[in-house]
This record gives sequence, structure tokens and C-alpha cells, in this order.
Amino acid sequence: MNKSDLIGALGKKENLTERQATEAINSIFKSFADKLKKGGRIEIRGFGSFVVRDYGSYAGRNPKTGGTIQVTPKKLPFFKVGKELKERVNSGA
Amino acid sequence: MTKVDIIQVVHDKLGYSKKDSATIVESVFDIMKETLASGEDLKISGFGNLVVKEKKARKGRNPQTGEEIEISKRRVLTFKSSQVLRRAMNRE
Repeated sequence: MNKSDLIGALGKKENLTERQATEAINSIFKSFADKLKKGGRIEIRGFGSFVVRDYGSYAGRNPKTGGTIQVTPKKLPFFKVGKELKERVNSGA
Repeated sequence: MTKVDIIQVVHDKLGYSKKDSATIVESVFDIMKETLASGEDLKISGFGNLVVKEKKARKGRNPQTGEEIEISKRRVLTFKSSQVLRRAMNRE
């Protein structure tokens, strides 16, 4: 399922026009991205949480050439699946 | 940020009542959960992909007792953030 499928499914379920469903989905994911950009945390009960992890600088390798390169510090989003979703995914329910 | 804050965003930005905003937000998460529970991946461009992965059964150990145990096959969820999001997060 991609973003347009999600928009379609939301529109159908809540009787929204395509434009309304698009606005709703876009504003939700934009608010997520804005929060993560500020280093914040998103926690949705039953679904999971997104947190920002800080990675320091380390010596890595260019997999193509084998040469050593210095990887600069970076921030990455990390998702921890919530209990309910974890169980549903595993049981296929 | 929790569901309450997301409902507030939908209410403020799109002008739905609090009640309708809550219904919409709940619906979005319900649809996403149903999709992932059915084993289908979720790909949100500009944000990232939630991917259902099949893990094979393997032998493991109880780290407390050292006893060998069988870890049964299972499905797990992994998140791969989009490059757009990663770039935005690392821009100073």
C-alpha cells in the first residue's frame, strides 16, 4: 500500500473527497516529519513510536573500493513497533 | 507527540471538529494496522516504508541460563526512513 492507496482507503472509509483525504494524510505525515526534524518523539498507542537516534562519527568503508572513509555524525529515525501491532503482524490478524 | 497532538493538527489545519478529526486520525491508523497485519508493506513517499519481514526459525540461547532454545519463525515489522526525511533531519 502506498500513499495514494492510503488516501483512497481513508476517503472511502470516512466519506471524504480525494482532496480532503489527501490533505488529511499529508498533514499527518508532515507533522511527523516536522517533529522528527526537531529531534522529537512520536508515540502512537497500539501502533508504535518513532524516535531520533544520534550516531557519532565513525570510520566506515566504501563497499565499492574498500577504502576507509570517515562517516560524519548523523541522526536517524528509529521505529519501535507497539505491542498490539507487533502481535497482529506476527499472527497475521 | 501523541495521538491527541495529531488530532489537534488535523483540527487546526483542516478545520474539522475535534470529534471528526479524532475519527479521521483513528481511521488512518486502523487502515495502516490492518494493512500491515495482512502482511502488506506500507510505503509513504517522503516519510518511509514499513516492511513486514518473515524471520526463519533459529536456535537461540536463554542468556540467563545458557539453555538452548528454539526461536520460532515469526513476522516482524521494520522501518526504513525515506532519504528525503533523513536529509531533512540532518540539515542544520
